[in-house]
Amino acid sequence: MMEVTYLGVIIKAILILAIISAVAGFGTYIERKILAFMQRRLGPMHVGPYGLLQIAADGIKLFTKEDFIPQNANKLIFMIAPIITAATAFIALSAVPVFPDFTIFGIFVPSVASDINIGILFVLGMMAAGLYGPLLAGMSQANKWGLIGAARTAAQFVSYEVVTGLSLLAPIMMVGSLSLIDFNHYNETHAWMVFTQPLAFVLFLIAGFAETNRTPFDLLEHEAEVVAGYATEYSGMRWGMFFIGEYANMITIAVLASIVFLGGYTDLGFIPGWLAIILKIAFMFFLMLWVRASWPHVRPDQFMWLAWKVLMPLAVINVVITGIVIMV
Amino acid sequence: MTHALTDHPYFGVFVLVALTGIAFPATLFLARWVGRKLSRLDTERLKMSIYECGPLPTRQPNAISIQFYLIALLFILFDVEIIFMFPWAIDFKLLGWFGFAEMILFIVLLTIGFVYAWKKGALEWHSIK
Repeated sequence: MMEVTYLGVIIKAILILAIISAVAGFGTYIERKILAFMQRRLGPMHVGPYGLLQIAADGIKLFTKEDFIPQNANKLIFMIAPIITAATAFIALSAVPVFPDFTIFGIFVPSVASDINIGILFVLGMMAAGLYGPLLAGMSQANKWGLIGAARTAAQFVSYEVVTGLSLLAPIMMVGSLSLIDFNHYNETHAWMVFTQPLAFVLFLIAGFAETNRTPFDLLEHEAEVVAGYATEYSGMRWGMFFIGEYANMITIAVLASIVFLGGYTDLGFIPGWLAIILKIAFMFFLMLWVRASWPHVRPDQFMWLAWKVLMPLAVINVVITGIVIMV
Repeated sequence: MTHALTDHPYFGVFVLVALTGIAFPATLFLARWVGRKLSRLDTERLKMSIYECGPLPTRQPNAISIQFYLIALLFILFDVEIIFMFPWAIDFKLLGWFGFAEMILFIVLLTIGFVYAWKKGALEWHSIK
């Protein structure tokens, strides 16, 4: 066990910001490629070998576009809303163990930038605060599509937050701690949580998809219904910020699912722990794209109906059954 | 992976708040500066107005369906419930049967409220049929 220095934490924070931003950018390329292969297309092929430099081309495009603010918009709120989305997504990652511990130039860099005892609660709270990004963006632009997108954002996020919280309660009861490091220790000695809590895993996955606006549930920017929802008036890098925030949130959900339900950093047969976690996160990320390619959109009323009448009662029943099983 | 030995566990959160608070606005500022240099800035009314299907839009009322407010009310009810359940879940094994029975009572009370909201039609999206 090594002492954590301020310098180590700062290095960790910079690494989180740099690597997750880069992965978010690369994630767009991977998403386009995988979706293309699932639909028997080639996807981006022209910029660089196999379209690998597509990210650079997109970046140049985003940077050189005019930063457009429509006439009747509330300028200040319109300008800070994308920063809220991106910033909260990265602040949530500060309490998540993203890569394993390592030592560089004699400085110990911890696996988690901020080893706080309320771990999961902090991550959920920060992701919930991310709601203010799309909400303020939609309400500030004085556009009806934006307003409908903002209202849908609020309804979707608050409904599925209830489900996320309740689905994680049962694992918390079994572990008796909110810290993600304790969850990892629990997984070292017990069976994977996905086998002991299958219902909680499914509920968490569905709610996680809803909280990151992945496709079966991307009602807030559904092109066919509300032009682009909250992002209708955004262009250039401001729109890119929403994208970075969304991909960072996807990675957060993938890491949470890997650590809480899929065994975390434990060795997987001959695969060492650090590689196992990366494979699990990559699989979760791929699962999100796979679902996007496979499922159609849902209607908003079906979506609310699903959250309140099916998922929430199921989650409460799961908590009660878990309690009875632990007690007996 | 072990717990970190540090007196200030929230320092990492502070560093990330500061970093994102500097890096993202700086990126947007840079993008705004580059965009102003390169783009054609004209202030034609149709361009500056909000997105519509062609004509110059009038100012639109900021009104949304009452259904969204109902969902917000339900959310306050159930999210407060969950916040009460988190500390209980951590100390679940310490509290034993007594704590479990109390939480069951709490859940039953909330279920009554939930059934009431369901029967009143708060969970239906109004006038679909």
